[in-house]
Amino acid sequence: MSKPDVAKEGEPEWTTGLRRLYDSVLDEPMPDAFADLLAKLDKDGGR
Amino acid sequence: MTKGSQTRELPVRSDDDKRDFKRELTQVVPHLRAFARGLCGRPDMADDLVQETLLKAWAAQQRFEPGTSMRAWTFVILRNAYLTDMRRNRFRGEYDETVAERILTAPAGQEEPIHLSDLHRALLTLPPERREALLLVGAGGFSYEEAANICGCAVGTIKSRVGRARAALSSMIQDGNIPDRAIDDPTAHRAILEELDEVAAGRGESAATR
Repeated sequence: MSKPDVAKEGEPEWTTGLRRLYDSVLDEPMPDAFADLLAKLDKDGGR
Repeated sequence: MTKGSQTRELPVRSDDDKRDFKRELTQVVPHLRAFARGLCGRPDMADDLVQETLLKAWAAQQRFEPGTSMRAWTFVILRNAYLTDMRRNRFRGEYDETVAERILTAPAGQEEPIHLSDLHRALLTLPPERREALLLVGAGGFSYEEAANICGCAVGTIKSRVGRARAALSSMIQDGNIPDRAIDDPTAHRAILEELDEVAAGRGESAATR
């Protein structure tokens, strides 16, 4: 789902910045709180 | 997601189904975090929203149709949770200076760096329905059709929202007319509250997984 870091023809430069804002979060390590929550879901039995 | 007037029997999920569901759910967490961050600006609030979304998705897993897009399905849940929180708390986009500065780096080979902090701040001044449309299409890579499904509106409405959001951002960036802080800007604040009134009137909330 990665996207090229260049603006398409006719698009303003900030459009790449918008994608980088989004992608910068994708690149962050997942906080432990999410792993804990996902592990806890199993214990609930998946109603 | 019901078809016609028939009530569809929800299938019983096997352990394998649950495992697959959880694997897919885990894979979309980074995307949920990115979408939530774009919607509400503050990383801590965004992560709270994602956690709420994961719990709701898990509870509603029988309504997920295997083979369809987990990312789109969970985005609907996150979006509805966000709108609900906004209505309850008048919660709105807030700009986190620290985070924006941390990612303020020019891509290789680019002479004029895009100031992501400016872009982030400008994005958060947009009314939420335009901001989410631009995030879905311009950052998340969804098609107009997919974004329309997520937002529960017509494709033309999404195109219009994206177009207006793009025009507003281009204008703000070209003119250097970016508010210092989204939360302090009376124009943005007024626009956001007007959009909220639209949502409160029953328009704009997707019913897919409510």
